[in-house]
Amino acid sequence: MTARLLHGDVAVGDTLPELGVDVTATTVVLGALASRDWRPMHHDKDFAVKRNGTKDIFLNTPNQAAWFERYVTDWTGPTGRLGRMTFRMNTSVFPGDHMVFDATVTGTDVDAAGCGWVDLDVALMVGDVATTTCAVRVALPTHDGDNPWARSGQGWRPGDGAAG
Amino acid sequence: MSDTPTTELAEIPADVLARVGQVQYEEEGGFPVEHGYIWSTCAAVENANPLFWDDEVAAHLTDGPIAPPTMLSVWFRPHHWSPGRTEPAVPLQAHFDLKDELELPEAIISSNTITFHDPVRIGDRVRSRQVLRSVSDPKTTKLGRGRFWVIDVEYLNQDDALLGVESYTAFGYRREAS
Repeated sequence: MTARLLHGDVAVGDTLPELGVDVTATTVVLGALASRDWRPMHHDKDFAVKRNGTKDIFLNTPNQAAWFERYVTDWTGPTGRLGRMTFRMNTSVFPGDHMVFDATVTGTDVDAAGCGWVDLDVALMVGDVATTTCAVRVALPTHDGDNPWARSGQGWRPGDGAAG
Repeated sequence: MSDTPTTELAEIPADVLARVGQVQYEEEGGFPVEHGYIWSTCAAVENANPLFWDDEVAAHLTDGPIAPPTMLSVWFRPHHWSPGRTEPAVPLQAHFDLKDELELPEAIISSNTITFHDPVRIGDRVRSRQVLRSVSDPKTTKLGRGRFWVIDVEYLNQDDALLGVESYTAFGYRREAS
C-alpha cells in the first residue's frame, strides 16, 4: 500500500512540493479527448487561432481539473478524498508552456462527523502568471484506522467548511 | 464593480424568476461509466494514484473500482456524433437560455465549484440536471453591464444517489458601446 498522509501531519502554512510539466500539443489533445471534449479549439490549431483569436490550442477546463486532482493526491496518497474544488480561470495554457503547480495549506479542521479536512490554495503557474487557481478541500485520515472513503450520508459533508 | 441601477437592462422575465430552484434539462449519459476512460484520463495527466490502477487498493479503500472525482462531468457529455442528431448538443443549456431571455449576448463563467459526494463506480449510469439558483440585480463590470447568475448541475446515479454538484457563476453582459 502506498504511504499515506494523516491529518495530524499537516499544519497551516505548509507548502506542497512543486510539480513541473512541459505542455505539448499531445498534452492538450490527450486531455481533451480523455474528458470527451470535442470542441476544436482543443485539437485544431487553425480553428483556435482564426476563430478564437488565441495563439494555439489550449488546455480544456476538465483536463485542468484532472491535473489539479493528480497534484493534490500525489501529496495525500490514495486515502486523500477530494471534497470540493473552486476554480478561477485567468488565462489559458498552451503547447510550449512549462506549467508549475504549487500549493499552500490554508486551513485544517475536523468537522462534527469526525472527518479531518485540509484546505489548500493551489495555483497553476506559467512563468509568473497564475493561469488558474483552485481552492481545494480534501479529507485525510485522522488516524491509522480511518478511511475518508468509507464515509457517506451525514458522515460526509464536503459542502461545509471554508475552501472556495 | 458598481451597483449603479441602469435603465438599459430589461426586467427579469417572470418565467425566469419562476424557474429559480426548479429542475431543468434532466438527462442521462450516453453510456455506463467504464474503465477505459478512467485509464485514459489518468494517463493524460500521469496520475499514478493506485486507487485507479490497482484492484486490491480499490477493494480495500473504496469497496471496488471508482472513477477519479474530477471526471464527474465526463460521463454525461454527448458523443461527437450519434445517429439521427442534426444539431450539436449544447452543455449547460440553462445558461444559454438565460443569455437569450435576458438579452445579454456575451457571457463568461467567472467561477466554478465542484462538490463531490458519493464516488462514481464502474457501471454507474450517471444523469445530470440543471437548477437555476439565482439571478442578480444589474451590475457593471469592466466587461460591460449585465447580471450574474448561478446554475447548479447536479449529478446522480441510477439509485438516485447524489454524486456531485457543479456550481457555475456566470456574468452575462452587453459590451459597452465604443
